[in-house]
This record gives sequence, structure tokens and C-alpha cells, in this order.
Amino acid sequence: MSISEDAAGGGAGSIARPRLEASSPRYGEKLIRALLGLCALVSVATTLAIVISLLVPTIGFFGEVPFVDFLFGTDWAPTFADATFGVLPIVIGTLTVTFWALVVAIPVGLLSAIYLAEYAPSRVRRTIKPVLEVLEGVPTVAIGLFALYFLRPLFEDVLPFLPWSGPFSVGVAGFAVGLMIVPLVASVADDAMRAVPSGLRQGAYALGAGKMTVSLRVVLPAAISGVVAAFVLATSRAIGETMVVLLAAGATPQMTFPWQVTESVQTMTAFIGTTATGDIATGTITYDTIFAVGALLFVMTLIMNMFAIRLVRRFREVYE
Amino acid sequence: MSKSLTKLLAALFAAGILAFGLAACGGDDDGDNGATTAGATGESGSEGELTGTIRIDGSSTVAPLSEPAAELFMEENPDVTVTVGTSGTGGGFEKFCAGETDISDASRQIDEDEEGACAQNGIETEEVAVANDALTVVANPENPVTCLTVDQLAQVWGPGSQVNEWGQIQGLQDAPDAELALYGPGTDSGTFDYFTEAVIGEEGAQRTDYNNVGEDDNATVTGVSGTEGGMGYFGYSFFVENEGTLKALEIDNGQGCVAPSPEATQDGSYAPLGRQLFIYPSNEALQRPEVLAFIEFYIENATEIAEAAGFIGLTDKQKATAQRTVDGLAG
Amino acid sequence: MSPVSGGPAGRTRLATAGARAATVGALAGNGRRDRFAGAAFLALLLLALTVALTGLASLLIWAAIEGAPRLNIGLFTEGPSSLSPETAGYRTAILGTVYVIGGVIALIVPLGVGAAVYLEQFADRSRWWNRFIELNIQNLAGVPSIVFGILGLAFIVRGPFSLGFVAAAASMTLALLVLPTVILASREAIRAVPPSISEGSMALGATRWQTVRRQVLPAALPGILTGVILAVARAIGEAAPLLMVGAVTFVTVDPSFFEGGYSTLPVQIYNYATRPQEVFQVLAAAGVIVMLVVLLAMNSFAIWLRNRYEREW
Repeated sequence: MSISEDAAGGGAGSIARPRLEASSPRYGEKLIRALLGLCALVSVATTLAIVISLLVPTIGFFGEVPFVDFLFGTDWAPTFADATFGVLPIVIGTLTVTFWALVVAIPVGLLSAIYLAEYAPSRVRRTIKPVLEVLEGVPTVAIGLFALYFLRPLFEDVLPFLPWSGPFSVGVAGFAVGLMIVPLVASVADDAMRAVPSGLRQGAYALGAGKMTVSLRVVLPAAISGVVAAFVLATSRAIGETMVVLLAAGATPQMTFPWQVTESVQTMTAFIGTTATGDIATGTITYDTIFAVGALLFVMTLIMNMFAIRLVRRFREVYE
Repeated sequence: MSKSLTKLLAALFAAGILAFGLAACGGDDDGDNGATTAGATGESGSEGELTGTIRIDGSSTVAPLSEPAAELFMEENPDVTVTVGTSGTGGGFEKFCAGETDISDASRQIDEDEEGACAQNGIETEEVAVANDALTVVANPENPVTCLTVDQLAQVWGPGSQVNEWGQIQGLQDAPDAELALYGPGTDSGTFDYFTEAVIGEEGAQRTDYNNVGEDDNATVTGVSGTEGGMGYFGYSFFVENEGTLKALEIDNGQGCVAPSPEATQDGSYAPLGRQLFIYPSNEALQRPEVLAFIEFYIENATEIAEAAGFIGLTDKQKATAQRTVDGLAG
Repeated sequence: MSPVSGGPAGRTRLATAGARAATVGALAGNGRRDRFAGAAFLALLLLALTVALTGLASLLIWAAIEGAPRLNIGLFTEGPSSLSPETAGYRTAILGTVYVIGGVIALIVPLGVGAAVYLEQFADRSRWWNRFIELNIQNLAGVPSIVFGILGLAFIVRGPFSLGFVAAAASMTLALLVLPTVILASREAIRAVPPSISEGSMALGATRWQTVRRQVLPAALPGILTGVILAVARAIGEAAPLLMVGAVTFVTVDPSFFEGGYSTLPVQIYNYATRPQEVFQVLAAAGVIVMLVVLLAMNSFAIWLRNRYEREW
């Protein structure tokens, strides 16, 4: 139920409904509305720019490489002499890393947020939350090196029964990415839960509910839109992460599924990252793979986001 | 909000301001924030001192050479500013041919498409060698093998190779009973291009089932030194830094086993894995006195610069060739 | 509309659901088992928090130990040096980072909050173009940073803006990268302000903009600041897109906004980390510590501001 009807829009105004807008057309208001709308349009302009900068080389690319070969091929070797352009290995690589990252980030982040919002005394919360957020500012380079030189040997010590070989591991890389986005999930979810009116909480407590029930059955559902926003942000971040996977997951494009934790893998972002700053000549088909993969990534996140928006809307309907 | 937290945050903020202040005021402001467009003409100062800005960009392999060169040059010419970027050989050429940089660092030679793009913008250039490098094949120190022929290397690394154990390499004495664990550089790197061209005969022709370490050759060090059957290859400087934990294999190109070393690379006996590293100055940039002076300085002091970066210096003959190329470009 | 502010029907339904859950829990549950479950839940929460803090703390400790040999004042005052890395410092990179991130903040705060305000308060949700903008923003949040590097090179360094390889171009590129984060977080914050506040204000005759400016924004400030803090943290750590947009890895001259070469801390750290010499590895680890100091300084003001304005409804 939106009360944002434009003052200028209702020309033949009916008399039945009281309007909360001013009765005279305030031009300052309209100007401000236009300016704010422009701010929102920046995002559209950005997307347009991305599409344009990706589109032309991508079209050139598909002129040379058949679309089906690209999308369904399982051999990704575009920089070799006998080039093959089957993109599936790096897509699976991205999905595997994202899977492990979310397995770590969502439980840890959400539970931490519940603690911070519902259980923690205010002094504890006010120190821990900024600490978590600052830790999110650790450069991704450092996290990648940390994963490579510290986490990988640690994991081998803790889980010696897995088939470790070589310094790269998709599981370790995924864990590192997950750890990196925990502050993101925790902070946004915490803000969402804190914003739930305390009237709802107090009412439930008054009825004799325990803290766990209130947190899980009252506050969490009320904050669901913010919590899902946190998850979507986290997933987007995990998919788009470049540096950590570049350093810790390696660059071997093989079909590595989530249960093959110890294998090396190359994600789409790592591929774009190395190739764009590598020694390949620009303007060649090999270089144009960057744009094709970038376009694919863009489309994938678009589809994922469309799903997410529909999902959130359904959640909201339950509670409205 | 609690007082102690306020104080802590205030202290942190103050510390940050202090750091910023130290950074901004500490150290000397050498050089000037002058014009950066590559086309600007530098002017000599009143006492014949050079001024201006020189932009270098390109391979991250050659950057460890260009950076010391820039530093040493700026010590003698404090009014010149030299910046070095690492967009990669390809990215560097793209900016170079668009006239946005003065010198391009390259770990491979410029290719036809790039030359065409440069010609379209009226930029002429030619390669100037600034250092030698020995591509070193390394193995685990426990490995009894000391020498491989080029043919054996091709057996192992060739496209579609089925060799998965050391014992499967033909003609190899005292091969260890271990599985081959291969580590190689990113397939977009000049090292990869050179190795495949030299060993297999075709650029980019290599088996695809190996551990690709991407950007970070240090990972090859970790991998090979930690696996009994490890084998990898990278530039000489990485071997020199890790001599304790790795063993360099000698390469037999038909004339006996030769170990990688500065001497062997310079006299050409370490074949075919000895390579040169290049910079590409543009004829336009060379019209500016500071750029010309920098390139000549670079060539003249190539030996010191290469040693500072862990590479192998130029021979006198190579220096002479380089100087001639520069003279030709400068016109 | 969020469930909380979904009007009287929404809140009644939520309250009813909560009441039902509470009553069912109280009546049907076994008292002692419930208490045990509650305690187990708390333990789980603390475990999660500990994992998060330990994981991140160990990263810091690792970086501190690796970089300890080089932690001294020189790290802040000296410029970069390949010849003598033992005395090299991050001066130009620190200044570059401060300039670039300063520019980012100057861009994302007005643009991000403006867009969020428009979408939440002024836009008619039933119009397709507003939904399109929403989808757009959410999608941009997942585009990998390197694609923004490509975008920046094509449109900001060259193309319509033609700024060249300068710090301002980096600021704009990074601002576009983190703008969705700010918009999404600000939207949630604005959404969470109880509608009774804005309805009451407008009932008293204020215009929508006056209401937004004087009531909604101050109330939503903590959430907005969270978005800005997260955005800055993300932007400060980016290396790959900046390499494409022209950040150099070696510059000895202090940067300026619209001209001259510049470098930033992560670009410098990445450069050092891939060198073979041990001394560079140590320098890279020390650089991480420097980065955290700079980040802390930049965020501490926002954190203080957020703590001041936080309130419970």
C-alpha cells in the first residue's frame, strides 16, 4: 500500500480519499524527486555501460566459437595452442567455491547476527560489531595468501584423511571466501533484526516465550526481508570474488564438484583476472574470452537475482 | 555510548590521522606532479637537467627490472618522474599502442596484431633487450634425477601426454618410483609461451592436466618442494631465491647436460631455455630527452639492474645491439 | 513493503504468529527440555561468533607475525623501492588509497542514499521501470570487480569521461562497484523506520521530502552508515580492477586527484607478494597491517556516528 501518489499526477482528483500530499504543486518537491530519480538511474547507466563494453567483443567471440560448444563443452583451454572453449569447468568451479563459501558464511553469519541483536549486552555488541566490520576490510590479497600459506597446511593437519595434493584446494578457498563475507552477513542481518519494533518482542516475552523462541519465531520472520538481502549480498560477493580464488584455488580448469574438496579449480572470476592482467595480446579471440565469460557471469547473477526477488516477495506475502 | 569506547574510537581516529600526516609530510617530494600525457615534450632545465614524466607499463615479469632502473635513474635525475605499472604484456601493449604509455615492458615479443595497432596510431617501436633469463626446470631435492633432455621434457609436457610417473619417461636412468606432480605458470604468461615454443615447438602446446599456479610462481615452489615427484618451471630469479628447497634440473640440448647459470645463459650453452626480456620504447617518446636518457641509462647499467632483480645481465654484444636499436628509433 | 511496516494488517498478523508460537511453546513444551534447548542454542550462537572472530583474528595475527620484522615508522614515511626493500615503505600507496577512497565516499553517499530514498519513498512500486531499477541494483552487486575494471577502462579512463590514468578515474570505478551495497543497505534501513513516523509527519503538513530529510533519514542513519562502512571496506581492498584502470605499482611521487600516476595499498601488496624474494613477502604482510590502520581510521568516524544515532523502537 503505497502513499506516494504524485501531487501532479492526480489531475481529476476524486474527493473520496484524503490525500497526504500538499494541496499546491510544490516544484521544489518535484525537483528533488527528479534528482533522486537520477541517482537511481546511475545504476541503470552502469548496467548499460557494462552491457555495451561486454557486448561487442562477445558477439565477435561467438562469431568464431559456436555458442553450444561454449556453453556445454567440458574442456576449457582457451590459451593453449589447440584451444578449446567449453566453459563448464570454470562455471562449476565458481559454483563449488560459492557453495563452500555459503556453507561457512550463512550459518556463522546469521547465528552471530542473532547473538548480536538479541542476546549480547549492548557494550559487547558495540565493540564486536565494528571489529567484525573492520575485519571485512582486510584486502582480498591478504586473505588469499592467508588461505594459501596458513589455512591449507592447517586443514591438512586437521583433516589428514582427505586426498590432499598440491597447495591449491577449492575447499580451503571456499572457506576463506566464506570467512571473508561473514561480517557482511552478520552486519546486515543484525541491522535488520535490530529494527524490528520491540513491541513485538516484548509481547512475546510477556506471553512467557523463551529467548530462543522469540529470536527464531518472532524477530527472524519479521526481519526476513533484511536477512534475505544479507544472503543475496553474500552470494553475490562470493560469486564475484576474484583475488582469493586466484591465489588459493589455483588456475586449473577442471570439473571440480563440491565433494572434491581438495582439488584445484579455476573460477570464472579468476580466469578473467589472470587473463586480463596477463600477457595475452588484446584483440585476439583468446582475449575476447574475457568478455564472453564476463557476459556469462552477468547473465548468471541476473537469473539468480530474479529468483531471489521472487522468493523474497513470496516470504513477504506470508506475513502480510 | 560508553566513554571508554568513545575514547578508543577517538584514539584510533587520531592514530589514523597521524598515519596520514606522516605519509603526507614525511619523506621527500621528489619529482613533480607534472603533465602525464605521453605526448608532452619534456624540457631541459636551466643547467641541462632533465625534467618530465615517463610512463612504463606491461609485464609483471619485467617490472622488477624497470623499477630499479627507474629508482637509480631518478637518483641521478631528481626532476624526472618515472612510474611503472603491471597491466601485463598484452595490456601494456594495448595502452602503448594507444599512445598512453612511453615504454612497454614485455616478456615476449610483440605480435603482428599489436604491431598493426601501433602502426595505425603512428607509433613505431622495436624490441630492446634489457636482461637475460634462464627458464629453470625444478624438481624436489630428494629426486635422484639430475638431467633431462629436451626430448624427455617434451614427452612429459607435450599436449595429450600420458606420462604420469617418472618411471614412464623414456631413456631416463635412476628415475624415482614416484608420481609426476606438474606445476606450471599461468597460460597467459610469457613464461608459458616461451617454454612451450622452445620445448614442444609450438606456442601454447602443452598438456592441460597439470597444476596451474596462475599468477603466483611462489606456489610452484611450495608445490614442488613439498611433493617427492614434483616438477615445475619458472624464471631464474625464483630458483635463486629458493636454492635451498629446490633442485634445478640440467638440460641436455644434444650437447651434454647444462645447468642454468648466468654464464651458461650468456654464452648460449643453456639452450633452449635461455630467453631475453624486452622493453619497447616508442619512437615518439624517444624524441624527449629524458626518455632517451633513461633508455640509454637502462642499457648501460643493465648488469647492475639485472643483478638487483635476480635476473642475468646482458653481454656486451647484446648491449651494443640494444644501443643501435635505440639510436635507430630515436632517429 | 517490509513485513514490519506492512500496515496494521501485517503487524497484527506477525504479532498473532508470535503469540501463537510463544503460547504453543509455553504450553506444549517440556519446561526443562526447553531450557536445555535454549541453552544449547545460546552455546551454538557463541560458537558461531567465536568461529568468526577467531578465523578473522588468526588472519590478523598471521599477518602481524609475518610482517613484524618490518613494522616501523619508515613503513609510513618511505616511498616504494625495489632496490632496497628493507627500507621501503608505503607512503605513496597510503596517500593514493586515501585519495581514491575519499573520492569513493564523496560519490557513494549522495548517490547511494539518494537512490535508496527514491526507491523507498518516492517511487511507485507498481511501475515496471522502478522494479527494473531494483533488479538492476541487486544484479550489479554480484558483478565481479574485474568487469568494473573493464568498464572503467572503456568509459571513464577513455570514452566519454576521458579522465586518463588518474586517481579520480579509480574513485569513480570503485564507486560504481560498491554503490549497490550502499543502496541495498540504505533501503533496508529506510524500510525499517516505522511508517507511523512518516505518516505522522505528513499528517502534520510536512511534504514528503521534508519528512524524509528530518525524520526518516536520521532514523535510518545507523543502517545507512553500515552500508557505507561495508562499501568502504570492500573498495579499499580491491586490486584487480585498479590494475586495469591504470594504477601503477611503482610511483615515488605523491599523488593528486586529476593528474599523475597513483598507486594503492592492495595493488602494491599484490605486487610484492608475487615476488620471489623473502624480503618482499615480509613487506607484503606488513602492508596488510598498514591497510588495516588506514581502514580503521577511515571507518572510526562512521562507527562513532552510528553508535550515537542508534536507537531502539
